[in-house]
Amino acid sequence: MATNARTVRVFPFSQLLTHLVLLVGAFCMLYPLLWMIGSSFKPDSEIFTELNPIPRSLDLTNYIRGWVLGTGTSFTTFYFNSFVVCAGAIIGNLLSCSLAAYAFARIRFRLRGMWFAIMLGTLMLPFHVTVVPQYIIFNSLGWTNTFLPLVVPKFFAVDAFFIFLMVQFIRGIPIELEQAAMVDGCNRFQIFTKIIMPLLGPALVTTTIFTFIWTYNDFFSQLLYLSTENHYTVSLGLRLFLDASGQSAWGPMFAMTTLSLVPVILVFAFFQRRLVEGIATTGLKG
Amino acid sequence: MAIGHSSESPTATGLSLSRAGARPKRARKPLSDNAYGYLFLAPWLIGLLVFLAGPTLVSLYLSFTDFNLLQPPKWVGAQNYITLFTRDPRYMQALRVTFTYVFTAAPLNLIFALLLALLLNSRIRGIGFYRAVYYIPSLLGGSVAIAILWQQIFGLDGVVSQILGFFGVHGSSWVSSPKQALWTLVILHVWQFGSAMIIFLAGLKQIPGELYEAATIDGAGKVHRFWFITLPMLTPVIFFNLVLQIINSFQAFTPAFIISGGKGGPLDSTLFYTLYVYIQGFTNFRMGYASAMGWILLIIIGVFTALAFLSSKYWVHYDDAR
Repeated sequence: MATNARTVRVFPFSQLLTHLVLLVGAFCMLYPLLWMIGSSFKPDSEIFTELNPIPRSLDLTNYIRGWVLGTGTSFTTFYFNSFVVCAGAIIGNLLSCSLAAYAFARIRFRLRGMWFAIMLGTLMLPFHVTVVPQYIIFNSLGWTNTFLPLVVPKFFAVDAFFIFLMVQFIRGIPIELEQAAMVDGCNRFQIFTKIIMPLLGPALVTTTIFTFIWTYNDFFSQLLYLSTENHYTVSLGLRLFLDASGQSAWGPMFAMTTLSLVPVILVFAFFQRRLVEGIATTGLKG
Repeated sequence: MAIGHSSESPTATGLSLSRAGARPKRARKPLSDNAYGYLFLAPWLIGLLVFLAGPTLVSLYLSFTDFNLLQPPKWVGAQNYITLFTRDPRYMQALRVTFTYVFTAAPLNLIFALLLALLLNSRIRGIGFYRAVYYIPSLLGGSVAIAILWQQIFGLDGVVSQILGFFGVHGSSWVSSPKQALWTLVILHVWQFGSAMIIFLAGLKQIPGELYEAATIDGAGKVHRFWFITLPMLTPVIFFNLVLQIINSFQAFTPAFIISGGKGGPLDSTLFYTLYVYIQGFTNFRMGYASAMGWILLIIIGVFTALAFLSSKYWVHYDDAR
């Protein structure tokens, strides 16, 4: 509250100026998105000739034409696949990261400090260092062109960001709760499932949101492992519009790109506070 | 715990009966904290071994071999590294492109993030609205959809050529111009300054207001207060953002892949490091070569992160006195 002292004396005029700057900035930031949304309702002939993002009429033809591709595969498949991969990744991250986080936050075991440092170190490890051996592993298991390479690693807590997030959160839970439970004869697993997990709710929600957004937006590993159209996710499906650049399919393409942003926008609309908190406290990249 | 208990028991004779009654309960908890710790940690340890540390070491080995996934790896010594640095102009180009990208996009991103955070930190109406609007691009920016949009906006008939046309600048397509294609990607990265902005906003909220009051009483103006209070107090957050930006922007892949159709063109002007790793490893199946590139990337990121940490003691202000 004390910071207000310096803002109280600001002239209304400078307030107005700030608003003006912010509004112009906001328009510039949103214009590309508005243009895309507008284009998704326009006929192909209008898309690249008009700067006004507002379409003349709300025509849904592009959405209907874009949903089913020339090859017969439709976005129904792509969305289904994307959501299956996301669900798997979310469940994996929630289970494995919370287990590791509880160990790091509360249990004293040998070499804990070393393992914790290694865990933080893996945050820096570029994906492109591990990608070739990982590919070899999944290839020799016969897992290429399945969802397994995208989901199975999540069950082994490879996203250290979430472990870190949960460690921070568990440290904030009063330890007296656990001590009381221990006196009552609970073992560590009972404490974990009956005390920690229920109280970990907010961190689990944050993990779910970010896992969803990252997995849904992911392109590289899906490109690497999914090779036939019936396994394609939304990211890979959208790319098909670029391959078929022979005939003009701009309208349907913009319709499908617009639609593909809706799930993330919805998550943002419902969980804005969690997202902002998650970024502010741990620097998770949105 | 167990030791403390046993050393106590000889003296506490009066309680021996009730203690004996409690014994079976204790026996049901045979695992030490050490065992529990490693039990809880087991999934992560397996993941570390199989998916992170193991592959990192295997890729170090592979980087000294010729390997195409079909025949067993053939040891070639340092040949891959020598070829990369002496006989592969495309690799040099990839380094040039990536460094240009990182050292323009990352600082610009941070500057915009800081400016907007400062504007939003003054007590202004509608902060929720502005924060949301400025943040949304960084939420969506990594997706294929936005990369496609960017390709169209900066394409031949795209919005940008049209707008420039109004001002009499009749350019061509930015995306297919070797001089400009990389800048479309830089702009795309800068457009996503929202998440850094949110970290800055959180940092600004942490600065104690008394500092500003004291400075104002001492006659410090706005500029002085920014220069001598806000900026020094914010250096830990700036540092944090900087490290994050370096690590992230070295690994950018999706936009370059989409905008250049997976080839890094035109004329290799968008040949990002990661894109070249992908091309060599998974298009040409030169996996040893790709592993060598992966390891050099690891070293590059490590060096820059270390530099950031080492330099931090000269410019990052940690408020230990408090």
